[in-house]
Amino acid sequence: MKLQRKNRLRALSLGAVAVSGALALTACGSDDNGDGGKASGNTSASAGAGSVKCDDAKGQLLADGSSAQKNAIDAWVKAFSQACHVQINYKGAGSGAGVTSFNQGQIAFAGSDSALKPEEVAASKKVCSGGQGIDLPMVGGPIALGYNVPGVDNLVLDAPTIAKIFDAKITKWNDAAIKQLNPGANLPDLKIQAFHRSEDSGTTDNFTKYLIATTPDNWKYSGGKAWQAKGGQAASGSAGVAQGVKQNSGAIGYFELSYAKDITTVSIDTGAKSPVKPSTDSATADIAAAKVVGTGKDLALQLDYKTKADGAYPITLVTYEIVCDKGNKADTLPATKAFLRYIAGEDGQKVLAQNDYAPIPDEIIAKVRTTIEGLS
Amino acid sequence: MDISTTTDVPPPSPQPAVTGQKRTSRGAARPGDRIFLGLSRGSGILLLVVMGAIAVFLTYRASLAISKDDGNFLTTFEWNTNLTPPVFGIAVLAFGTVVSSIVAMVIAVPIAVAIALFLTHYAPRRLSGLIAYVIDLLAAVPSIVYGLWGALILVPHMQGLYGWLDTYLGWTGLFTWNGGAPRAMLTVGILLAIMILPIITNVSREVFRQVPRMHEEAALALGATRWEVVRMSVLPFGRSGVISASMLGLGRALGETMAVATVLSPDYDVHLSLLDPGGGTFAQNIASKFGEATEQGRDALIASGLVLFVITLVVNGAARAIIARRKEYSGANA
Repeated sequence: MKLQRKNRLRALSLGAVAVSGALALTACGSDDNGDGGKASGNTSASAGAGSVKCDDAKGQLLADGSSAQKNAIDAWVKAFSQACHVQINYKGAGSGAGVTSFNQGQIAFAGSDSALKPEEVAASKKVCSGGQGIDLPMVGGPIALGYNVPGVDNLVLDAPTIAKIFDAKITKWNDAAIKQLNPGANLPDLKIQAFHRSEDSGTTDNFTKYLIATTPDNWKYSGGKAWQAKGGQAASGSAGVAQGVKQNSGAIGYFELSYAKDITTVSIDTGAKSPVKPSTDSATADIAAAKVVGTGKDLALQLDYKTKADGAYPITLVTYEIVCDKGNKADTLPATKAFLRYIAGEDGQKVLAQNDYAPIPDEIIAKVRTTIEGLS
Repeated sequence: MDISTTTDVPPPSPQPAVTGQKRTSRGAARPGDRIFLGLSRGSGILLLVVMGAIAVFLTYRASLAISKDDGNFLTTFEWNTNLTPPVFGIAVLAFGTVVSSIVAMVIAVPIAVAIALFLTHYAPRRLSGLIAYVIDLLAAVPSIVYGLWGALILVPHMQGLYGWLDTYLGWTGLFTWNGGAPRAMLTVGILLAIMILPIITNVSREVFRQVPRMHEEAALALGATRWEVVRMSVLPFGRSGVISASMLGLGRALGETMAVATVLSPDYDVHLSLLDPGGGTFAQNIASKFGEATEQGRDALIASGLVLFVITLVVNGAARAIIARRKEYSGANA
């Protein structure tokens, strides 16, 4: 009995230590956040937070979807929640998962790499009473082709060659087709290892859409989020593909620009005056040529993959936020509207370029802003 | 509380012996016993109901997917659930799951048995405790950590081994290498072997420790060397224990998810060479495809999961049958 009591006391004191420790730690945590905010007070991220209009936004927002825009959302949430008392929880479980939970009414908005399909719009009408789900283009990004070929610093490829490389029709780096595009380069007799994503992904979807649009003769697959060509190497996630390219001499792979940290990227020969390097500017230039194909308030875009404009990088993706045009839940509407207004605003879009994303061009983002004001 | 009830209610001892016996067989006379009986019986029934509900749900969802499948669920070499109609089949997954597990077992079982023998019959007591502790630690490492280690360190360092195997054993067809990154079944097998080593070692060690002293002493008295003691008394006694230990390990290898998903370069083709990047396993495929899967895709993944369940069931059943045949072995792994 005595022993037991002693143990209980010991357990209690241990518990007390744990709790007070946790409290102390969380206290430190919030201090850190505060410091972080103050330290970055000079950068435009926090300057942006200053201009956030909160209205009567409060409470908690749940969101889920595309992992491609997760880093952008994280940066926005940091600035936004400093200004307004809204806690935003964006999970980034994937576009498919995001749209599914949106149509089940579990989240306030979803992020998606591809616009809603007709059957998904139909399903959204159940959740949006009197309205439907709409796509708001919010984040752009170039899909870079990274490569690892010793002695080659400035590789140029065009669409047919890219298609043949990823379809295992061109297997050596000193292939005649590559030589023709890179007359000055010293191409080695090295096997090409083309890396693609092993899981379903919006990046794969957008990359193959580009190949299908520009060179249908060389890329005869139907497209979609799953990789369809045979051969090559698969790795999981953009990080996995980038890792594969870094590790293997002779490798080439596609991923969002932010993963290309110390990897050289391919310039694309689009037929413009000079080959185009992937960058946030060149991606924005490409998105500017996109057409709005959504009807009504929906702003789904059709990208111009065949662009020959100077300085427009053709392999880009646009990710959307999906909300109801009418019939958003009353308790989350003010917060959703305030957040979307901030991210579509000038300050919000400025944050993008700092994180290797491409801002949406002025003409389109203006339409997005009008649409956001009309949400109900 | 107990005291008051026992004083109010007549104690059970004066009751007739016959009913008393009946009571003990059902084990419910006093309120405490009755409550406990109810609770435990309830839990047992609840377990059956929950398992049954899960089984019904999974089978229902799986049958939904299979009825829409445009390919043959068992033989198609493809997994494309976003097409209309979807085309998917488990042939490659089943092949990859079995092959990677076999490779893992071939590597892990001899090493694990050797370690267990060393720990129980050769190592000094201190050292044996230390090694056992380290092996336990191996079991506590999360599988994603193994996956990351495999992708970052094991894969790049496999190049030399792959080249060597291709040069000297390439003629078998099992070890031809085309120079791709070594993200193939052999690497997965080696990684799985490391992951299942602790469980096989630990269970085998417990079994070997239970070998009757008399057997060993008798063998020694007859002039046997230490190796002969191991061969004549320890190994035969521990055989079924080692088999069940291996089956536990095999179960883990069959179901391993994240490590395989991180290390393997999956595709939907059967590769006869262990060094060819490609193939896939059930669990890896579920992990890779789940995030972006539509309703239809998820049902298809559930169907593939059910097949894995059946394979695991068969393996465990076989293990039980083997162990049951050897009745003299007295469940030291229990």
